[in-house]
Amino acid sequence: MSLKKLMWRFRYAEWSSLLFIAPAILLFSIFVVYPIFQTIWLSFWKWDRISPGVWVGLDNYKKVLSNPEIYSAFSHSLVFVLFYSLIPIAVGLLITLLLLRVKIRGESFFRAILFLPQIISTVVVAISWRWIYAADGPINALLAKLGAEKITTAWLGNFDTSLIAVGIIGTWINYGLAMILFLSGAQRISQDLLDADRIDGANMRQEFRYILIPSIKGEISIVLIITLTFALRNFDIVWNATQGGPGNSTNVPSLFIYKSAFVNRYVGEAAATSFLLAIVILAATGLLLLARRESHD
Amino acid sequence: MINIKEKTIAYFVLILGAVIAIYPLFSIVNLSLTSKSNNSKVQNEFLGFYLGNYVEAWQRGAFNHAMLSSLLVSSCVVLLTLFCAILAGYAFALMQVPFAKTILVLLLFGLVMPYEGVVISLYEMMSSLHLLNTYWALILPQVALSMPFAVLWLRTFFSTVPKSIIESASLDGANRIQSLRFILIPLAKSAIGTLATLLFLFTWNEFLLALVLIPSNTSIQTVPLSLSFFAGNRRNSEPPVTAAAAVLVALPVLIAYLFLQRRLIRGIISGAVKE
Repeated sequence: MSLKKLMWRFRYAEWSSLLFIAPAILLFSIFVVYPIFQTIWLSFWKWDRISPGVWVGLDNYKKVLSNPEIYSAFSHSLVFVLFYSLIPIAVGLLITLLLLRVKIRGESFFRAILFLPQIISTVVVAISWRWIYAADGPINALLAKLGAEKITTAWLGNFDTSLIAVGIIGTWINYGLAMILFLSGAQRISQDLLDADRIDGANMRQEFRYILIPSIKGEISIVLIITLTFALRNFDIVWNATQGGPGNSTNVPSLFIYKSAFVNRYVGEAAATSFLLAIVILAATGLLLLARRESHD
Repeated sequence: MINIKEKTIAYFVLILGAVIAIYPLFSIVNLSLTSKSNNSKVQNEFLGFYLGNYVEAWQRGAFNHAMLSSLLVSSCVVLLTLFCAILAGYAFALMQVPFAKTILVLLLFGLVMPYEGVVISLYEMMSSLHLLNTYWALILPQVALSMPFAVLWLRTFFSTVPKSIIESASLDGANRIQSLRFILIPLAKSAIGTLATLLFLFTWNEFLLALVLIPSNTSIQTVPLSLSFFAGNRRNSEPPVTAAAAVLVALPVLIAYLFLQRRLIRGIISGAVKE
């Protein structure tokens, strides 16, 4: 920025506007910005809230990064990205493509129901799915009725199925959101364009690629950002469905942070992990926002 | 150019999607109405439904406390956040705020920042201020964490208001506060309403902050937290009672949703596209 521009800015800045933003910025600084730095600061200490802390420099990071549990937690997060984000988006796109030409009657009714999973408390969601997956729950009852008793199991309690079972909960939470936003975006596409296209003999794949995707790019990136951060954070569902178990089979970084900070009292390590998690999430969303800006130009 | 086949497939898919979305709720309602033994069935029946699990859940869970706490915390968060965010959103949209760009980038960071990044420090802060296990420990951080979303939402809305309206107000001698109060806020009524509903919902459902910041005071625990503890205690013993508790707790939100869904979803769709 040139000096002239800077001076211009100073002259024309309305300093009284600072009064307007003061309450918001003050609260934000005290309870968000300051704690971020405090977290980073804490990550350089070995501290258990009881005995005095010891400065350990980067040791906490070394410890965390050499802990196989962390790698498995982050790899579970990747699986959750698939289930919480990519699958719902794929389902949403597919359905939108199917519905491209249809004038839906009762659209607001379908919207209201499809949005339901977003408004219900995650604790309620986890409890209902715990029942659905339970040994004597509806899934196993159905399987038994179909004569497939052999594959019945406690889905959340089984090492082989728990991760996917928790993932499916996320798919359930997010597919409606993707559908609603994509469908509303697709309504901007004119029927004439679609008709003309079909006369020209475009098949569904071409429609998908050249009409649907370009018209709802904005919606796709919004849903991607919302669901991706949800997948990478994902504390509530895991905590209330499995607490990371059985064993560590559904452990995720946020659960690791909670347990080491508040159960085992390795405050420094927990702080280091949460800083790493924040970096990963910020990097992922930053990349998405960047890609979005590129495609807008 | 729509043929019958296409239409049938479309509705089939939509109905299937809706059924799947509603099934988990249906299944716990169903579970909550089954009785453990046939003896007690006679006592707690209403129109052929067994309600004993609800009675038990309500008595054992003390959810009336939790609901009052949640109501109090959520209302305070909504009011405080709206007050601060309306002022700030107005300034960012219509005034030359010094360093506006830098501050907005900072807010954007705050928007995508996971709560996990601050929750450890918030615990230490609240514990050194002796605020752990009080309403303040939940309200203040929640207001601050909601601020980026609220400010950016309102800034987007205020900057779409035609400049001519605002200018004509200032010609009539209205100062900034007056034009905000008598012109912009009435214009933004529905945007503010959607925002308030969303903030209320986020706060009502927030789990991690409540778990960390009010860990041991059962009298002020919010709804999700007390439900989580309730379900944890009886995890394997009595699923129907847990199910009844979950339904009870979900009910107020569902009823509110019934009335607000149309506006809420419309607001979210238009907000999401603008962002």
